Amino acid sequence: MYARINPLLWTMGSFAIVFAVWEAIVWFFAMPQYLLPGPGPVFVSLAGNFAAILSQTWWTAATILAGFILAAAFAVPLAMVIVISPLLERLIYPPMVATQSIPKIALAPLFIVWFGFGVVPKVAVAFLIAFFPIVIDTIVGLRSIDPAMLQLARSMGAPPYRIFLKMRLPHALPAIFGGLKVASSLAVVGALTGEFVGSDKGLGYLLVQAAGNLNTALLFATLVVLSALAMAFFYLIEVLERIAIPWHASQRTHPH
Amino acid sequence: MTGQSETGTGAPAMPAAKSAASRRRAAFIELDAVSKTFSTRDRSSTLAVDGVDLDIGASEFVSLLGPSGCGKSTLLSIIAGLIQPTSGEARIEGKPVLAPYTNTGIVFQSDLLLDWRTVLGNVLIQFEMRGLKTAPHREQARALIGSVGLADFERKYPWELSGGMRQRVAICRALIHDPPLLLMDEPFGALDALTRAQLQIDLQSIWQSTRKTVVFVTHSIEEAVFLSDRVIVMTPRPGRVRDILEIDLPRPRGLDVREHPAFTEAILHVNHLFQDMGVIRA
Repeated sequence: MYARINPLLWTMGSFAIVFAVWEAIVWFFAMPQYLLPGPGPVFVSLAGNFAAILSQTWWTAATILAGFILAAAFAVPLAMVIVISPLLERLIYPPMVATQSIPKIALAPLFIVWFGFGVVPKVAVAFLIAFFPIVIDTIVGLRSIDPAMLQLARSMGAPPYRIFLKMRLPHALPAIFGGLKVASSLAVVGALTGEFVGSDKGLGYLLVQAAGNLNTALLFATLVVLSALAMAFFYLIEVLERIAIPWHASQRTHPH
Repeated sequence: MTGQSETGTGAPAMPAAKSAASRRRAAFIELDAVSKTFSTRDRSSTLAVDGVDLDIGASEFVSLLGPSGCGKSTLLSIIAGLIQPTSGEARIEGKPVLAPYTNTGIVFQSDLLLDWRTVLGNVLIQFEMRGLKTAPHREQARALIGSVGLADFERKYPWELSGGMRQRVAICRALIHDPPLLLMDEPFGALDALTRAQLQIDLQSIWQSTRKTVVFVTHSIEEAVFLSDRVIVMTPRPGRVRDILEIDLPRPRGLDVREHPAFTEAILHVNHLFQDMGVIRA
């Protein structure tokens, strides 16, 4: 019987509960607004500063997208090269894993020194942090094909590039999308980190400003927009996934 | 039915029929002292197949029968040209097999269907992997899919099919380009008993109408005897030919062939061989 209720109603209902609990906590503990504003003041702040927040949102969204697209554009081909060529694997893989042990966030100040205060260092951090999971998941996906499948393909006289395009790559798509989803949330972290370290634009800058002024309502309003942005980004990739691999077990609709 | 002891030490005596091979028409596949050694990780090596001599005639249905790990699948891969023997030679139509032999269809235990393709797409991949256009073969593929009882399923995806249906699609994929040779590596091993019996009957009728040469790897004695013209009984590792049984049962063989004296006699004979080799302990 629960299944008959509109899923949108469910979502709205659960948010209503969250807001009610939030309001209750503020009221019960008599929280001062600079520590924890209730949902009311947050939405007032959101509405009042909407144009300002939105203009910063575009900036951050572009940074996230640029870092993410660059990461995907480099990571997927690199993973292919590593899987195809054992020589290049031995050459590339160890230094790549070694550099991954550096916390990428720690590189943000260095990038400011190298690239200045513009958009480049932010994109660079987003790129670096999103890069690794895509490489690893793509490698796993490309390697996980049944060896018998490759034998079958060879008995059909298929050249290696055709085996790659028609069997290995489609087979790896679910794993690649897994990597892209992880990378999408990491790209948000990377872009924000870049903005924290040195910026006069973006939601990260707005967060630092709001915190500095003890404008906690604006801080919360920015957080709301930021999580909405991250969520939209994640679902965009889910939609792409549904279009690309409707055949995969994760995408099938299950009868209840 | 006649038995022909090849390595013959201590096998239960069966009437020898040396003329069996010479009666057969020119060999389609020849294995000439084929051996295969695999090197393992700790630098030791395993002898998987040891000195196998075997001729398989055109249009013959031959089973390689033996316990797990006896090298029968290795032997099949050598015939397919997917692995090269350490010594000896495999020839098809007189020519040494030095690269994957492409004029064949292979069916493995796992159906190896591509999840992102429909039944029709999975059959047509045979042409795509060869760099050929699929459009001219579409109707022919539909007809073949229909002939194995899947006419209503050609637009379905593999995950919408049962195990037996999936393996039927795999068989269609192996047959669609009409190769003279069909190589099957325990193709029904993962199926339940009823589905398996049905697919054995269906495979027999496909073989009878197309007369392809079939090399069929199995560890089921009944399956080998039911399907084959000849059963090659192999020893446990290293795989050698222990005995060759001619199965002289009328075709088409139905379920009742299992009560035929020649059938039960063959089963009993192989059972004795396996007992003799320590594969089955009484």
